[in-house]
Amino acid sequence: SSWRRAAEIGPEDASWRLILNTVTSNMKLYCLSGHPTLPCNILKFKSTTIMLDCGLDMTSTLNFLPLPLVQSPRLCNLPGWSLKDGNAFLDKELKECSGHVFVDSVPEFCLPETELIDLSTVDVILISNYHCMMALPYITEHTGFTGTVYATEPTVQIGRLLMEELVNFIERVPKAQSASLWKNKDIQRLLPSPLKDAVEVSTWRRCYTMQEVNSALSKIQLVGYSQKIELFGAVQVTPLSSGYALGSSNWIIQSHYEKVSYVSGSSLLTTHPQPMDQASLKNSDVLVLTGLTQIPTANPDGMVGEFCSNLALTVRNGGNVLVPCYPSGVIYDLLECLYQYIDSAGLSSIPFYFISPVANSSLEFSQIFAEWLCHNKQSKVYLPEPPFPHAELIQTNKLKHYPSIHGDFSNDFRQPCVVFTGHPSLRFGDVVHFMELWGKSSLNTVIFTEPDFSYLEALAPYQPLAMKCIYCPIDTRLNFIQVSKLLKEVQPLHVVCPEQYTQPPPAQSHRMDLMIDCQPPPMSYRRAEVLALPFKRRYEKIEIMPELADSLVPMEIKPGISLATVSAVLHTKDNKHVLQPPPRPAQPTSGKKRKRVSDDVPDCKVLKPLLSGSIPVEQFVQTLEKHGFSDVKVEDTAKGHIVLLQEAETLIQIEEDSTHIICDSDEMLRVRLRDLVLKFLQKF
Amino acid sequence: MRFSHVSCAENCGLIMDPECSRLLPALCAVLADPSQAVADDTCLEKLLDWFKTVTEAGSSLLLLQENPCLVDLLSHVLDLKPQDVSPRVLSFSLCLAGTFAAQEDCFEYLQQGQLLLGLFGEAGPLSWAAWSVPTVRSGWIRGLRSLARHPSGLHFLGDSGALDALFSLQGDSSLFVASAASQLLVHVLALSMQGKAAGSPSPQGSAWPTCAQKIVDHVEACLCSTAAPQVTQALNVLTTTFGRCHSPWTEVLWGQLSPLVAHLLESDPIPAAHSLVDLLLSVARSPVFASADCGLWETMARMLSCLSPTQAGPLALGTLKVQHCPQALKSQAFKILLQPLVCILRATAQAPGPPGLLDETTEGGSMTVDTLLSSKSACVGLLCQTLAHLEELQPLPQRPLPWPQTLLVEAAVIVLQLCDGLAAPSSSEGGRLCGALAGCVRVQRAALDFLGTLSQGTSSWELMPQVFAVLLETLESPASSPTVLKKAFQATLRWLLDSPSPPTCLNLGPHAPLFLKELFPVLQKRLCSPCWEVRDSALEFLTHLTACWGGEADFREVLLASEVPKLTWQLLRDPESYVRASAVTAMGQLSSQGLQAASESSGHPEGQQGLVGELLHILSVDSEGFPRRAVARVFTEWLRDSHADVTRDTQWFVATVLQMVSRDLDWEVRAQGLELVQVFLAQTLGQPNPNCPYAVTLPKVTPPSPLPEVLRTLCQLHIFDFVFRALFDCDRPVAQKACDLLLFLKDKTAPCRGLQEPGDSSDVTSVEATLQRWQAGEQGEPLGNLEPEEVLAALRSMDLKGLQSRLAESSDHVEKSPQSLLQDVLATVAVLEENVADCY
Repeated sequence: SSWRRAAEIGPEDASWRLILNTVTSNMKLYCLSGHPTLPCNILKFKSTTIMLDCGLDMTSTLNFLPLPLVQSPRLCNLPGWSLKDGNAFLDKELKECSGHVFVDSVPEFCLPETELIDLSTVDVILISNYHCMMALPYITEHTGFTGTVYATEPTVQIGRLLMEELVNFIERVPKAQSASLWKNKDIQRLLPSPLKDAVEVSTWRRCYTMQEVNSALSKIQLVGYSQKIELFGAVQVTPLSSGYALGSSNWIIQSHYEKVSYVSGSSLLTTHPQPMDQASLKNSDVLVLTGLTQIPTANPDGMVGEFCSNLALTVRNGGNVLVPCYPSGVIYDLLECLYQYIDSAGLSSIPFYFISPVANSSLEFSQIFAEWLCHNKQSKVYLPEPPFPHAELIQTNKLKHYPSIHGDFSNDFRQPCVVFTGHPSLRFGDVVHFMELWGKSSLNTVIFTEPDFSYLEALAPYQPLAMKCIYCPIDTRLNFIQVSKLLKEVQPLHVVCPEQYTQPPPAQSHRMDLMIDCQPPPMSYRRAEVLALPFKRRYEKIEIMPELADSLVPMEIKPGISLATVSAVLHTKDNKHVLQPPPRPAQPTSGKKRKRVSDDVPDCKVLKPLLSGSIPVEQFVQTLEKHGFSDVKVEDTAKGHIVLLQEAETLIQIEEDSTHIICDSDEMLRVRLRDLVLKFLQKF
Repeated sequence: MRFSHVSCAENCGLIMDPECSRLLPALCAVLADPSQAVADDTCLEKLLDWFKTVTEAGSSLLLLQENPCLVDLLSHVLDLKPQDVSPRVLSFSLCLAGTFAAQEDCFEYLQQGQLLLGLFGEAGPLSWAAWSVPTVRSGWIRGLRSLARHPSGLHFLGDSGALDALFSLQGDSSLFVASAASQLLVHVLALSMQGKAAGSPSPQGSAWPTCAQKIVDHVEACLCSTAAPQVTQALNVLTTTFGRCHSPWTEVLWGQLSPLVAHLLESDPIPAAHSLVDLLLSVARSPVFASADCGLWETMARMLSCLSPTQAGPLALGTLKVQHCPQALKSQAFKILLQPLVCILRATAQAPGPPGLLDETTEGGSMTVDTLLSSKSACVGLLCQTLAHLEELQPLPQRPLPWPQTLLVEAAVIVLQLCDGLAAPSSSEGGRLCGALAGCVRVQRAALDFLGTLSQGTSSWELMPQVFAVLLETLESPASSPTVLKKAFQATLRWLLDSPSPPTCLNLGPHAPLFLKELFPVLQKRLCSPCWEVRDSALEFLTHLTACWGGEADFREVLLASEVPKLTWQLLRDPESYVRASAVTAMGQLSSQGLQAASESSGHPEGQQGLVGELLHILSVDSEGFPRRAVARVFTEWLRDSHADVTRDTQWFVATVLQMVSRDLDWEVRAQGLELVQVFLAQTLGQPNPNCPYAVTLPKVTPPSPLPEVLRTLCQLHIFDFVFRALFDCDRPVAQKACDLLLFLKDKTAPCRGLQEPGDSSDVTSVEATLQRWQAGEQGEPLGNLEPEEVLAALRSMDLKGLQSRLAESSDHVEKSPQSLLQDVLATVAVLEENVADCY
């Protein structure tokens, strides 16, 4: 290591701090998920291994037949699929519906990559929002993970609800059959699209159990915004509000001299959560950018308008409206819009049903996380009023919620009505029942608001369908215009993002504005890729013990800059470096033991003084002349000057960082000249 | 019985009446006293206006001689220490002196005491500290502007050094001062040349009069300057000169200066390009240059070719508007104007572009493409400007021929598609345009406005499918903002109503019915929008369309098959008052056209009779004025058109409506009630304008009934009660309307002999007494059941004509008298003094 900067006295303590220009080490990013909005990456940074998010790609379930809550003769009677040559050995596993082929089995999910890196070495997992933690049980329960998970309280609580709902949806419809034959690589090749092109089907897994969920969640440690968490003394991680969902966060991962920002699922729109903290993202060396809007061309405001208009039109015509949705998130905003809209649209008498095993908890949780809400909603708590108006909708019986379609719901059910229920993939949950029930009438409408699934693919196993379908995806996450403003604002040195963000969407290849445009261009990653981050660590902070600092004698070499030489022992523990005073010069040794101790002590030779300063050539020449050198000649060179003493056949080469005296074996002369040179330099 | 009003001298203000003369010395004393601040600038402005009126009507000299305090004020201002003068009073005095000096004899009178030189000369305020206050500089210029009316004034300007001061004031930090200085220079130049105008202009520079010479020299020097502000100042002076003065000498001036102007074009970038454009257009518009060719057209052609597309736009538009401009220049300008749209068509064309203009307009094309692609804001700015310019040009008679209607419609369509994100051009330029324009509301609005105006062009009908498709997309798109939707509805309406149909087609032509089938589901959706502006625009669109096409079978069929009438009905209960008002108007229109049949037949609870009830409900209980006004208007229209629901029992209808309207707090509703009465009277008594021999009696108007019977009916319906109350309404328009109505009635009843002459019966006096109390503001007491005789007597005894003329005067005519102005100024000072005393 070489010394880089002068020692400076630390402001908080009397000890000295030194900054070590370390051997450069690279940061690496392991990309375990190919889904840009359901990320799972691992950052190796200063001997720590940090997993960033733990998203679960559920689009794999679109390849499966829906799980009906009530037996559906239509689904039972779908014909089995056979190969072109008539071979029907797969007809038990694969069924055909309106030209599409589906796997007739318990739905399975596509997990993050588990082979790229040994996941048991992961030290911590940082969760950004409740949508990005759905793969957590797979990681914490099956990979030997022994670390800690960090997330905010609303993230954990609502994440738990989402997992609970998912487990409930799948477990309450037990399916005897588990298809696996089709996953055989040789067989998969023969299947029609999209099954043929599905990736890594062998790694697809069934849903976890509630026990695994509980165990996974027990490993989470709660954090608050701007809280600084030390990891092994090496790095500090901090969650920041990201404005996207209740408790959603971006993360800062920093050491003393490096800063990595992880931006995942952020929003600049004014919806219910606390606004996004942008300022803290400034001065990042690397900004990892994930979780942008999935529908960059749709304006959420316009979509909400579309949602309301179509809802009102359907209901006024006596039809029912089905809204497949998650039990938390956009639904809060939709209910708020409807709260303002239903009276004006004359819909006051229409019942709104919210059906989910966690409906009640979700509606209630939203009201208790006041500190995580936007300012407007926070201030309502002091009135005191519930922050969300859905409380009033429930009070006035306009909104009713049920754990499932069984039980009370069937008694209260009145049509026409509006039903909010899951799951948005239309493969499991109560929504399957309503699709079967209402699909045949053109009076009814299904309105897709969640952007995670292609609505056409979601609808495929229900075709032919008479009910109207309206697609108004509401995705409040950052769009490309906002990203470009954000990047201009926070000025990261490097941007790293999923490859999907570095080119226009395939369906709109001419839209050059629908990609990240920044300088230098972003580095992109894809599933199963390891990225060496384009930035080198150069400095390390070292503390100097007070007694060692006391012994230093700084010399001011320029106004404001002092130098001192240090001889010390570098002590490194828990990623903290401390310079301690060197042991006293070894006592006369009297035994083997002592000798061994003194062996560890580095040799403390008397050091030659260090020199600084520059040699003014004219004055130097005058000095030479004063000392009897009469024939001094100066030549300018590219790097400095050469002073020629012709008579003595001697050269003095003066350059910026070196001075050479070249004379033929006249040591006396050399020493004389050296002393004259040294007169112009400072020693310490 | 007399209804008196405060009266005032007819010509008050034009002459100095003795009372004002008496107040003047006090006023002047206040103004001259530095310790008494005049709080209000507007008082001084009003005083100046008054002095101006007085001096214009009579001799200023006489005025000054009769009121020596005025001259004393002016000289006192000069005698004060400069630091003691209030800038306001100084500015006022400068303006006042100028106003007096506008008359030559008065000018001489003031000059005798060296007063004018003191005020406007170099030793005056010009050198005082107060000069730093913009009001003072402005007053100085205004004073000179008034003074410069006669040769003596002109000489004064030349000798006093005022011109040099004006030259430097052109660059004043206050834009008002700078502009006034520039205007004054133009005025002086014109005045100076006016004196010389007798002879023909001489091309030699030496022939200019002194003042003019000085100004021209200054302008020349500025034009040669390298500093852009100087050039701008010179150009501004010239622009105003050529805009205002159309005498032959301006041609000589242009001849002398045009080489310098042309020289400016050689610099890169062109200095003060905007001002240069203004100058060239000003010269081109001047009738002096209509026939002469003086190098102007070449200069303009050069200018067009070297300006940036954004700067060239206004010049091109201006050029095209100039009647006598050569054809070659016109076509060059038009190409420049079209260039951005041509570039867009090229960049987005899937196939090679259409022949004609597209091929020719390559000149300057790359510069336009560069601008369009350089940045989003540049692209949006240039496009909006281009669309606005072409929109302005479209209806003008001098627009270029042939007018490329097809190209323009196609361009507007493609621009809208780019904004909607629907266009998928293959070229990289097209892709970048997509990115720049996607979701751009400004361009969308401009393009929709433009597309709307294009509906009037001929030969558009084959483009209609394209136009309707893009309009439908915009109306349908969830991303369309409320303002865009409003414009889209307006454009759609224009295309539907103006759309030329091929000569062989009857009714709506081949495209419209198909379009309507697709339009109505969108309209339904928009009527359900959570955004009230959208619901409102959709209702307005429906109203207009129904008004024009309510009789067309195709339209009726599509409308009745849709949910639109039902939804419109529901919007009568909308929480937003504007929407309720629009829904009322729309329902009124639908009902007039019999377009509610569907909801009735489908067993909808609200029937036709129900609509009257619903509207009456709104009229009586709605908390906002707009819906109530709309109901009153709809009812008036219904009565006028003899709507079936009204004719069922017209008298009941009129009485019920008036009963509600009379209590309304909104004067517009009450005025609309009078309108309703007027229509009713016209129908029962005949048209209000019986003198017009060409008046067409509409067949639906029932033949007038005998007068006594009519009067009895009017009394029974309490119409007089309503109208008399309105006569004393605190809102003048209502009272005026009521007065007109009563005059009409009086006129109608004058020959009435069927009724006995009223004597001094006690009944009549009680009516008069009630009316007098009403006038005094006590309107609680009702008139009771009137007899026609009483009404006639009241009408005869009232001085309605006098009342009418008094009502015609504006309400503040009393307060506007100069006397009250002077008193106001003095009173303010007195109040200020009191306040000062209170402080200590």
